[in-house]
Amino acid sequence: MDQQPTAAGEIILQVDNLGKHYNGVSAVAGISFAVRAGECFGLLGPNGAGKTSAIRMIYGFAPPSSGSLRVFSLDVADDWRRIRSRVGVCQQDNTLDPDLSVLQNLLIFAGYFQIPADQARERAEELLHFFALEKKREAKVGELSGGLARRLTLARALINDPELIILDEPTTGLDPQSRHLLWEKLHALRARGKTFILTTHYMEEAAQLCDRLVIMDHGRILIEGAPTGLIEAHVGSSIIEVSGADQELVDFLAERKVEFDRMADRLVIYNKGNAEIEQAVRAGFHSRQCTFRSATLEDVFLRLTGRELRE
Amino acid sequence: MIRMSNISWRFLSVWRRNLIVYRKIWKVNFLVPLLEPAFYILAFGLGFQGLVQGLSYGGKALAYTQFMAPALIAISIMYNSFFETTYASFVRMYYQKTFDGMMTTPLSLEEIILAEIVWGATKATAAAAVMTLVLGLFGFVNFPQGLLIVPLAFLGGLAFGAVGMFFTGITPSIDMFNLPIFLFITPMFLFSGTFFPVSGLPEWAQTAALIFPLYHLVELSRACCLGLVETNPLLSLGYLIVFTLCFLVLGLTTMRRRLIK
Repeated sequence: MDQQPTAAGEIILQVDNLGKHYNGVSAVAGISFAVRAGECFGLLGPNGAGKTSAIRMIYGFAPPSSGSLRVFSLDVADDWRRIRSRVGVCQQDNTLDPDLSVLQNLLIFAGYFQIPADQARERAEELLHFFALEKKREAKVGELSGGLARRLTLARALINDPELIILDEPTTGLDPQSRHLLWEKLHALRARGKTFILTTHYMEEAAQLCDRLVIMDHGRILIEGAPTGLIEAHVGSSIIEVSGADQELVDFLAERKVEFDRMADRLVIYNKGNAEIEQAVRAGFHSRQCTFRSATLEDVFLRLTGRELRE
Repeated sequence: MIRMSNISWRFLSVWRRNLIVYRKIWKVNFLVPLLEPAFYILAFGLGFQGLVQGLSYGGKALAYTQFMAPALIAISIMYNSFFETTYASFVRMYYQKTFDGMMTTPLSLEEIILAEIVWGATKATAAAAVMTLVLGLFGFVNFPQGLLIVPLAFLGGLAFGAVGMFFTGITPSIDMFNLPIFLFITPMFLFSGTFFPVSGLPEWAQTAALIFPLYHLVELSRACCLGLVETNPLLSLGYLIVFTLCFLVLGLTTMRRRLIK
């Protein structure tokens, strides 16, 4: 690549008050954030939160309806070609070319970036090796399993040696083995200083991979921060789950002003590391099934976006 | 709106992708244009020729097969390019999401669509070239001017590829392609001076035939193969060029509206 590599910490993506409206409906309703070089930035949210719409604007697929968007300090509307030549996108849908073999998928894609043939071949071999796809080089794409197809999609997204890698739900629908392998590869890429933007439904994945993340809902950003910080700030460090809870426990908690969420026959108590409450629950309500556990990003997510189904 | 800055030679990389896929089954792809004219010539030559007497075209008496052979080439150009940018492009766009993948690279939608149309024209040209050779062996094409079929096929391919892309841009589903085929392609196939001279039709029908791009393609194809015409070939050429340009713009516009949201 002939571009200057971006220095660490430099702002790679600057999003200001970005909006996307379809026929009067706001898919993205004014979001702002910035991503620095070398960071892994997560966009989280329930289905329909506006994650994919936001991502499509970032790589210049969909024009923004309002606000501004700068990638590598370039404007997407004018410099989309230069931006896309430095970005790798792993789309949510399988967009691999089923008419071509595994190796051809990489080589032809390199052609779209105008990468010279010998360089493309070298790069393709490297990527096949990195993603353990060497034995499948002549396979038809339609014959690949979900995990293999996703690895190839990611390999293809890296063909232009991008500085910024955009991953839209990279592990959805994969088995645990494939998912862990993919995480491993993403960690390896991070170690090489790549910048990532990631959307996912898996909070474990976000907590593990992301330095910083936002949780979106209804096209807006609800919170932004580092995973551990967000957990600490919004649900505290520890959680008690009680099944078969009764009014007695509810009253007890309300009296002590402890936050909790009430479900059909379960209480999720955010005791924020308060040992006294924990002791009291242990002692006074031990007849019910109690689980004492650390809080996770999933607790934050559900607290903020609610527990009702979206679709 | 179509931006001219979005169109560059990069479209050739998409064209090349289609060529590579085509080459995988090139033998099958060449079999159709190789055998199709032979079937038609046999069927019409052996079975139909005796019924048709006294056919004259451009002021010259012609055997029925001689009259029909150049039209076969024109029809093949129309089918090859129109089906490529309707069914085949629709499958790539909608079912295979190939265009979505391409749109993450420095390719513009305009380049992708242009490449599809040019590819349709290329496929039509290859088929027409094979057919011309086969018909030439039967003695239905005068060489060397018969070689002009090659550039003509490319122009005709662009025309029908572009109009096909326009339908792809507006069709709600792949099944709805039946409509333009039934209302546009089939009437043209029958009434463009393909199987009988337009000059034998009533006045109003002759005028109507002038609107059909296939009529002009057939005229030019006969000019190339036999050196005979019934209208001014320059007008036919002009009509095809204008038709192509109009539908290139319409095809690009409707596809942009369809895909960029």
